[in-house]
Amino acid sequence: MTSAIGDGPAPLDLSGITVRFGSFTANDAVDFSVGRGEIHALLGENGAGKTTLMRVVAGLIIPQEGTIRIDGRPVRLASPLDAAAEGIGMVHQHFMLISTLTVAQNVCVGIAKAGRVFPDLAKVARDLEEIGARYGLQVDPHALVGSLSVASRQRVEIVKALYRGARILVLDEPTAVLAPQEVDGLFRVLRMLAEAGTAIVFISHKLGEVMALSHRVSVLRHGRLVATKPTADTNPAELARLMIGEDLVLPTVDGAHTPGQVAIETRGVSLRDELGVTRLSDVSLAARSGEIVGVAGVDGNGQQQLAEILAGLQAPAAGAVIMASPSGPVDVSRSGPGRRIALGLAHIPEDRHHTALVDMSIADNAVLDSIDRPPLARRGFLAHRAIRAFATRLIAANDVRCTGPEQGVMTLSGGNQQKVVLGRALAHDPRVIVAVQPTRGLDLGATAFVHRQLLAEREKGAAIVLVSTELDEVLALSDRIVVMFAGRIVGAMSRAEVTLERLGAMMTGQAA
Amino acid sequence: MDPIAFVTDPVMQGFLQATTRLAIPIMLAALGGMFAERAGVLNIALEGMMLAGAFTGFATAYASGSLWLGVALGMSAGAVIGLVLAFYTVKLTSNQVVVGIAINLMMIGATSYAFRAIFGPGTDAPRVTPFPPVNIPILADIPILGPLFFQQGVLVYAAFVLIPLSWIVMSRMSAGMAITAVGEHPEAAETLGISVARVRTLCLVASGLIAGLGGAFLSLSATGLFLDNMTAGRGYIALAILLLGRRNPWGIAAAAALFGGADAFQLRGQGFGSGIPYQFLVMLPYILTIVVLIGFAGKGRDPAALGRPFQRNRAE
Repeated sequence: MTSAIGDGPAPLDLSGITVRFGSFTANDAVDFSVGRGEIHALLGENGAGKTTLMRVVAGLIIPQEGTIRIDGRPVRLASPLDAAAEGIGMVHQHFMLISTLTVAQNVCVGIAKAGRVFPDLAKVARDLEEIGARYGLQVDPHALVGSLSVASRQRVEIVKALYRGARILVLDEPTAVLAPQEVDGLFRVLRMLAEAGTAIVFISHKLGEVMALSHRVSVLRHGRLVATKPTADTNPAELARLMIGEDLVLPTVDGAHTPGQVAIETRGVSLRDELGVTRLSDVSLAARSGEIVGVAGVDGNGQQQLAEILAGLQAPAAGAVIMASPSGPVDVSRSGPGRRIALGLAHIPEDRHHTALVDMSIADNAVLDSIDRPPLARRGFLAHRAIRAFATRLIAANDVRCTGPEQGVMTLSGGNQQKVVLGRALAHDPRVIVAVQPTRGLDLGATAFVHRQLLAEREKGAAIVLVSTELDEVLALSDRIVVMFAGRIVGAMSRAEVTLERLGAMMTGQAA
Repeated sequence: MDPIAFVTDPVMQGFLQATTRLAIPIMLAALGGMFAERAGVLNIALEGMMLAGAFTGFATAYASGSLWLGVALGMSAGAVIGLVLAFYTVKLTSNQVVVGIAINLMMIGATSYAFRAIFGPGTDAPRVTPFPPVNIPILADIPILGPLFFQQGVLVYAAFVLIPLSWIVMSRMSAGMAITAVGEHPEAAETLGISVARVRTLCLVASGLIAGLGGAFLSLSATGLFLDNMTAGRGYIALAILLLGRRNPWGIAAAAALFGGADAFQLRGQGFGSGIPYQFLVMLPYILTIVVLIGFAGKGRDPAALGRPFQRNRAE
């Protein structure tokens, strides 16, 4: 078929693509094409099959059924090398860069373009500068990738694809790691590339970006293609409906804000990592009972470390962490998570697979943080009936979709896993909640549930520190917002004072 | 003492020559280990590779009368072990530590058994004439440097050449970039068109060739004999030397020289009757290694994918 833009057969045309993992169908007879000079957005919730479809295009997954055509010619993409040979370049969500090599080495490793045995890195550098000048993609060819910012690494990925001869560029959620101004920069580059004839597939779940950038948009839901439309003929409300299959309104915090006493605070906290790099410097942050403090910032600016210091997983190099207790404020800087949990802290960590859940049953996971306490255990022996009852209550209260408390937690979907984590954290009426990216990877339904639960805890008087790189989430839930940049808090504002421009400027370190 | 007389003193000369002789096998094993580890495979089997090289080299040289054929087959024996290790750790993605230790234990038994099967259980140790020292004209007469570098057997010179060669491979050639990519981020390497399995297998074969050369050096250059378990843990020390040298050929050479110097020093200390029980002197190089390792702790950085098996096409 021919596309709306450009002439001749589409550079990339997928028809009837079906991918199954065991009994799960990730892509069900999906048709998708992108024309010369076209930006085609692929929209869908997490788990809708976007990434699977693009892994098919990248030669990383071979579909069970369907045809891939390049310029009208059927091809078989059995490896990334096949895909690259057909002019397909991928910018993966998790960058495929080697941090100990330079930019020039990263773009030419594995191919013979710069010399089969002794690569001519000076020539690679010249080529990169030429590409950079043409599309506004400046990168230092001799810089070590590990020393670059996230936005620069993304530029390196795009330059790498172009250097390797990509005519079809696929970007998987490229804006997830960028600040608003950086997103604008990326969009300028993509428009320029499209004008030069590159076919671009832009994967996202952010409606605003899709509307702003793309020529056409395709929506995937549960592995099926539900619509392909010219962007001009649709609107965000319709796309949201197509994406989730129903109307859904995310809850937001109401204006009434009567915070109580300070429940947790850091005073002048600093931290250096094992390589001696300063991760936090002089961070002072207080959260009061009954308020949600949103910590915004581009990923990797110290939010993760601040959350770990609050939760007691790391000790600060300097400064103090103070928690309220019935007998007055206590310095818990040197106390581990155990003491803080006893003082009423609950932690919802960022990566639920690695730091929140253990490959055991739902019931076992539900009691992991309180297993030394009656009635769950008596004199060191587990009280199985009490544990089961506790888990059953947790499952009911949090709407965990499962076969029962004995089901293995790793067999649950991401949303249901997070409900277990949340239920466990909230089971003991915490006074302080540290929630880090609590909705990462969740679909909109599960996200709404998590948001409602956090707001309910706020009503009950908990102090909540919400660390999130999703601005929508921070804006919807926070009474106050602080912005982190390069390990410092560069700005704080109340809900009423927030504008997107101010927030964006702070996130890129341009304003105080 | 007159400094010139001191450095040209025969005892000092012997000490310097011994430093190099003791450092070379460990340096070679560490260099072999470097290729494996930079590609992300923990090569515990260096010890077994060396032992295989020492035995096969000796037996071949004894039977054929050719030291060079011994060296070639000794290196090949190391390479075969590299292939075995690759089969388990790369193809079957087994635990790299467990397979490596299994190979080491097996090689102690296998070489001792084969030695008796071929040469009989007699007390009369069979010998070959080892590679004689070859003095490089003029350079051999430089004080200190001469005995260290230029009055050595030919295998020592071969080892010296391997250092800059390895450095060129790792930092100037496509192969080195591919190895780094595989050791740091195998998923990215696959998307770049590099076969992780192929690079890791080739690195383990290279590792075996070089460690096998280290073993052959023990039997064909340092001694002219084969003894049961004659590597005596040098393959393990090489792992420490590798860390100390930060997986860089020049660093490895310096670290191995440090260890060799300490070893040569303690051997002489035993001879001089210093009054220190020899058991303590024997510990010296190991203690020095540990102390220096503590000083370097946390400063280096492991390849990100070190020890992590890689499987293609995992469903997510």
